[in-house]
Amino acid sequence: MRDVAVVGFAQRQMKEFEGSPTCVELLVPIFAELFEQTGWTKSDIGFWCSGSSDYLAGRAFSFVSAVDAIGAFPPVAESHVEMDAAWALYEAWLKIQTGEVDTALVYGFGKSSAGVLRRTLALQLDPYTMTPLWPDTVSIAALQARLGLEGGHWTEKDLAAVAQRSLADAADNPYAIRSGKEGVDELLARPLYADPLHKHDCSPVTDGAAAIIIAAKDHLPTTAERPAWISGFAHSVDQADLGSRDLSGSPSARRAAISANVGGAPIDVAELHAPFSHQELILRKELGLDDSVSINPSGGALTANPMFSAGLIRIGEAAKQIWSGDAQRTLGHATSGPALQQNLVCVMEANR
Amino acid sequence: MTGLRDGHVVGGRTSDGVVRVPPPEFDPVTHAATTDFVGVASEGTVVSWTWVPEPVKAQPLDHPFAWALVKLDGADTAIMHAVDVASNDAIHTGMRVRIRWAAERVGAITDIACFEPADTAEHSESFSADEGSAEGVTGVITPVSLDYVYAASPEESAFFRGMAEGRILGQRCPVCRKVYVPPRGACPVDGVPTTDEVELAGSGTVTTFCIVNVPFLGQRITPPYVSAYVLLDGADIAFLHLIQGIDAHDVRMGMRVEAVWKPREEWGTTIENILHFQPNGEPDAAYETYEGHL
Repeated sequence: MRDVAVVGFAQRQMKEFEGSPTCVELLVPIFAELFEQTGWTKSDIGFWCSGSSDYLAGRAFSFVSAVDAIGAFPPVAESHVEMDAAWALYEAWLKIQTGEVDTALVYGFGKSSAGVLRRTLALQLDPYTMTPLWPDTVSIAALQARLGLEGGHWTEKDLAAVAQRSLADAADNPYAIRSGKEGVDELLARPLYADPLHKHDCSPVTDGAAAIIIAAKDHLPTTAERPAWISGFAHSVDQADLGSRDLSGSPSARRAAISANVGGAPIDVAELHAPFSHQELILRKELGLDDSVSINPSGGALTANPMFSAGLIRIGEAAKQIWSGDAQRTLGHATSGPALQQNLVCVMEANR
Repeated sequence: MTGLRDGHVVGGRTSDGVVRVPPPEFDPVTHAATTDFVGVASEGTVVSWTWVPEPVKAQPLDHPFAWALVKLDGADTAIMHAVDVASNDAIHTGMRVRIRWAAERVGAITDIACFEPADTAEHSESFSADEGSAEGVTGVITPVSLDYVYAASPEESAFFRGMAEGRILGQRCPVCRKVYVPPRGACPVDGVPTTDEVELAGSGTVTTFCIVNVPFLGQRITPPYVSAYVLLDGADIAFLHLIQGIDAHDVRMGMRVEAVWKPREEWGTTIENILHFQPNGEPDAAYETYEGHL
């Protein structure tokens, strides 16, 4: 295996992006920021990979328009996944493992506010037995939350505690679109949104984009003083039929954690992509994270959840913890699909 | 789906002995096609539920309702569907519910209109046994309609505002100096936004074209007609539009054309202000003048 490190990260998150659904105007300054961080230009990038969805943009081949932001002439090596860009990062990491390239820039973008997000996401469900009913994402998560509540896996207070901590932590994150100082009791007193979930248990509809640069050993930018070395990287998927899954757990998250050797040494900070409060509780259990682990110091997806980049942002936030010297070993997690169907885990370390 | 059309629910027994509803196409363990089909009841138990105070478009009910995971009697897995109850106080886990069939069944999941509490008066089953022997359902049509609010980028906005004034506005890339029309959020060569505004003439050269012979949904002109790339004089990127005013088979590369605008009072912030391009009578442009744009 080649040693690969995360060496650059930039993000933008906002309630409503005023520009085009291809977000090309949003990607241009993000790429510029990455080049400033690394001292590189586009010719230093061996491979480009993005995560986005045309259904979000309401426009065919929107990811091709986004390539304009690269300045892709002369032609560049480029690929795309219809997944959170964390999976694009996985593809780029594999590409570096093949030895074909040494560096990659990975980006994700999405203008969730262009449509009705909870309807748009019904298109990721089984097209024969589910999409025709248009089940919305929030309702599916609520069914999952109730199963855990009534099955004794968590309490309403546990959910509120996750929201309380996330909102408080988000106060220090300039990109978060939601934050607050309310206590658990205040949150519980709020009206229900999708019984048994409150609005603060559900991630806000968010527009945004993010990008990460990874590079192989001997190809790092000179600016990388304390690179975040990727020591474990894995993803897994559970079956699509919601009724056949035990929704109070996430076998795919557990499998990904085992493959990425999360339990091999203590984790200092974990950034979990949990768009709903109870999903953080599922992930902490399945990834084997105890109370000593700092969870989502950025505020996490409950305070900003741009589609197709929120997972990549978790990895970027976890890498920053290593760059700054605050942590030795961190974890970034991404999810995709309904009710934690697909999960990806990226473990990063200060020491190679 | 054939079962649904005939008014009963069919599950599939997989290699682990589990009866799954709806039946999976393939066994999750052996990956073999599911062949052991089992009829299950149209009544069952709520496993989990949530309340929808404001349904979104195309959901099974247009008034507040509950979504539930329902385990039908005889099945081991639950199916997600709507339950028609008056409020979130009228549903609970463990509640018995029954399928309310759609008035017309076609062999789709929507043949189950929704579920209703099992203690309400029984609806008469409208199908006869004969229908069960009819031909199997071989396809499902799922209409998908999504609405978007489209926001133009700053560069697109400049272009469309120009359109409303009868002007064709391009922008020049500050790095490579190429003129793009419509202008873009980023020059595809340099990755920077195009900036300096350039007003372009309504005349140009056909670089390449195609004759559309295939009818399609939403088509506004009767085929055959011509879609062409027109390189406007002063622009570096060709512009896609229609060519009219000449027989489709006489359109050629290098042909000189001009924009034909709608009457001024019909102008809006839209590309449709230009109806089409038509030959402007000038001699054809030499190949060398546009070969770099093919």
